[in-house]
Amino acid sequence: MFQHDRLSYEITLFQKIKNLDYILLISVILLSVLSVFVMYSTDGGEILFHTKNHFVKLAVFFPLMIFVAFFNIKFWHNFSYIIYFIVILLLIYVSFFGIKSSGSQRWMDLYLFVLQPSELMKIAIIMCLAKYFHRIKIENVNSFTSITIVLSIIIIPIIFVISQPDLGTSILIALSGLIILWLGGMKIKYFIYSFITFLISLPFIISFLKPYQKLRILTFLDPDRDPLGAGYQIIQSKIAIGSGGLNGKGFLKGTQSYLDFLPEKHTDFIFTLFSEEFGFIGSVGLLILYSIIIFRILRIGAISRSNFARLFCFGYAFAIFIYIVVNLSMVLGLLPIVGSPLPIMSYGGSSMLATMIGFGIVLSAKINHKQMIA
Amino acid sequence: MIKSNSGIRKTDVINRRMFIIGAAKVVVFVGIIARLFSLQINENKKYLTLSDKNRIREWKLPPTRGNIVDYFGNVIAGNLKVYQLHIIPEQVENFNYLLVRLKNLLNLSDKKIAKINKLKAELKPWDSIIVSENLSWSQFVKINNYLYDLVGVKPVMTISRNYPFNDVYTHVLGYVSQPNEQEILENEIIQERFVPGMKIGKLGLEKRLENHLIGTNAIQRYEVNAYGKRINQLEHQKGEQGSKIRLTVDTEIQKACGELLNQKAGSISVMDIYTGDIIAMYSSPSYNPNLFLFGISQDEWQLIRNNPLKPLINKTLSGLYSPGSTIKPIVALSALENKVIDTKFKVKCTGKMELYGQTFHCWKEKGHGWVSLKNAMKQSCDTYFYEVARLLGVDRLNITAEKFGLGKKVLGNYFDNEKKGLFPNTKWKKNNLGKGWVLGETLITGIGQGYIQSTPLQLCMMTAQIANGGFAVKPKIIVDSNPISYEDAKQSMESGLLFDTDSEQLLDKKLFKNQRNIKIVQEAMFASTNERFGTSYKSRIDDPKYQFAGKTGTAQVKRISKRERELDLELEQIPYKDRDHALYVAYGPYVNPRYALSIIVEHGGSGSKAAAPIAKKLFKLIIDRHDLRNKQSNFERITV
Repeated sequence: MFQHDRLSYEITLFQKIKNLDYILLISVILLSVLSVFVMYSTDGGEILFHTKNHFVKLAVFFPLMIFVAFFNIKFWHNFSYIIYFIVILLLIYVSFFGIKSSGSQRWMDLYLFVLQPSELMKIAIIMCLAKYFHRIKIENVNSFTSITIVLSIIIIPIIFVISQPDLGTSILIALSGLIILWLGGMKIKYFIYSFITFLISLPFIISFLKPYQKLRILTFLDPDRDPLGAGYQIIQSKIAIGSGGLNGKGFLKGTQSYLDFLPEKHTDFIFTLFSEEFGFIGSVGLLILYSIIIFRILRIGAISRSNFARLFCFGYAFAIFIYIVVNLSMVLGLLPIVGSPLPIMSYGGSSMLATMIGFGIVLSAKINHKQMIA
Repeated sequence: MIKSNSGIRKTDVINRRMFIIGAAKVVVFVGIIARLFSLQINENKKYLTLSDKNRIREWKLPPTRGNIVDYFGNVIAGNLKVYQLHIIPEQVENFNYLLVRLKNLLNLSDKKIAKINKLKAELKPWDSIIVSENLSWSQFVKINNYLYDLVGVKPVMTISRNYPFNDVYTHVLGYVSQPNEQEILENEIIQERFVPGMKIGKLGLEKRLENHLIGTNAIQRYEVNAYGKRINQLEHQKGEQGSKIRLTVDTEIQKACGELLNQKAGSISVMDIYTGDIIAMYSSPSYNPNLFLFGISQDEWQLIRNNPLKPLINKTLSGLYSPGSTIKPIVALSALENKVIDTKFKVKCTGKMELYGQTFHCWKEKGHGWVSLKNAMKQSCDTYFYEVARLLGVDRLNITAEKFGLGKKVLGNYFDNEKKGLFPNTKWKKNNLGKGWVLGETLITGIGQGYIQSTPLQLCMMTAQIANGGFAVKPKIIVDSNPISYEDAKQSMESGLLFDTDSEQLLDKKLFKNQRNIKIVQEAMFASTNERFGTSYKSRIDDPKYQFAGKTGTAQVKRISKRERELDLELEQIPYKDRDHALYVAYGPYVNPRYALSIIVEHGGSGSKAAAPIAKKLFKLIIDRHDLRNKQSNFERITV
């Protein structure tokens, strides 16, 4: 019909740059700059280890995002399965040869930096399932074979991640996968049935949890049962956030943070420090910034011609949303403590790498939004 | 075409389902914002408080005790800068090396070293260990000279209680020392202000006035991190020194009392007969309260505890003695008041008196012959007073004696260890011993022996009330907020009324029925000291400025057997424990009297030889200082 509807679709570098989504890009840059300042605050107002490393990672991964964006979305479509398998292989490698730290074995040493493959799986599973639902006929979505295949795609990496053990990441991987199933047209009753099954088997699942995981759930239900032990993190986190008030205590003035009352302030509890120093206004501002990013990703998904791009964008937007919700609910005492970083803000290379790759693919979808994929 | 349709349908499904999720996302974000709002806006105060509780820690410093001063403002319990040595373990590079260095510099014992090591294990590394509470100046200088080599050592200057007159006021003031657990729990103020190293009053006024003297803690506020380490110093709250307390005592006289009783066991009390001010109150022997400040050594403690003269007992208030003949003015007064005798009444003393087959001896074996009241008092004739007591009866005597303060606490609540003493009557014996009163007991009560027991301060007050014309005084040792001058007190008393500062009322304080009787007793006491053959005639002062009137007393501590009476041993031949107590009560100057005193020398022998000469020496000083004292009360009023 039209010239640009061709399956093979080439544009110039200049057009690529022009087609980048600048609102998304600026939002990501803003978030990155903000994250460096917050990291600077966690270091007690000095440029120390965390600030330096975080900045270096941003400096490396941000260009990587642009690099990823300049590949045609079709390329990412074509390599989706392969990427998924590579990450599975990495997970297998880690389960045998990974670096152990504080009781779990999640990391591999790449000399320059330590990689956590389960973080990459958060993106890989979206790519893999997006490709699967892109290719399958809508009529076959609810067939037994197809359900078996998609569930396997989700369950296989989860088995590896959960055995590391890493409950938080496996829940995030599962949710990222499930959202594609939902978007791909799987029958609503299946979701309802499995949710009911999940609720029924919940006590059974809990009996399989590790003691420290059970403790976390108990602590979530009543943080005051052990205020100096298991409940300490959540109590201190709530104190930090609550004491921030409307305007916050001011940049570098978060007492909970610089006096070391906050646990894990660089990683999972980074929002706590941010909220203590910048208050309700800052926190809502940060949520708005995240909302803009999510909204832009959704919009890119909506204008994409290929269902792969559409599914990836929608799926990834949801994933980002879920990361934020799980992290914030955790530090606000609405959910039990499961390790889950706040995208870009939290210190952690693998998480940032995965997030940046995700943004890269979204930008690629934007650049090539007219690209059809067979 | 089918494929394309399928593609479009799939896109529709994806978009529709995305829309549902999108709506859910908005709801969840709103939920999170609501949670943020509730924590940061609604509960902000609560969490701000919790955050401050986390980060701010307060360190209370020991409060500075108020000074106690004498009537003239001389500090008798003050505070002194002391030099302490602290170690801050986290700053020490090599702890063992440091201990070896300190051991050499300060001659620390192995026990002390072990204690330091134990403290180090117990305390947090940033908490300081007190190595020495009280360094001498030379030790302090030495430490400062070697400070470059003693990393982690902190010489600290702090404040500690000090008693500049050493043992002069021990029984009045008591002393301070580290409180035990019970003492902390018993007193809410101490509990609230307690910090390790703080000292509290253990005895005497230091204990009694604890809540006035204690002062408030200075508070240091620090910002601490999660591990309790101090990060920043916040505002510093200064403590208030405890109240300054001014006593009625005169250090010069108190010191003189100590010197006069040197090497003796006994007590001297001096009282203003109008205001009730206690001018001196000395119990001998005393001990140095400064020894207790930093923990008394076992050797020193044993030395005090095992001293046969019993320095730990405050004899003025808790020593119970038979008043002996010093009771005779009261017996005479009671008999006069009850019209049992008059000045013409005479008794023939043959040296003894027989009653129901029992013999009651006079101290003078040959007897005094016919004696009237004046002569009987002058020569302290026992037979006369046996007879008077017999005629009077113990119950009427008891009423007069109690009116004049015998058998009652003099200073009320100020001293825990003050004793009531005892003035018996028939009812008391029935109730307490379950037996009826025997007339013989009345006789010996009449010469101040038997059940009767009194404290030296009671005898002093008794004398004061005779001296001032028979009016009740309110003894006090603390200058109250509204000190009454000597003249005002005298004037109000002579009008028969006394201004009571507690109830702020003029009270009728007459203790007599007929003031003439008081005068008779006063004249008899004057004769006893100033006329020939008076028992304390040798101790008289003829100069009317210092002339005083008094009554001797010799209290038996054991029953004298017939054999001993016949032997009539010299004092030195009797074992110390069996020697009589020597007593003397007096007031002066005789014309316009101002002060009363009581003197007791334990096992000193006769009152005329051992006690009365002390009064002679003391009266000169007391009266010489009267003008000074009078001036003082007019210009300085210090309140409790």
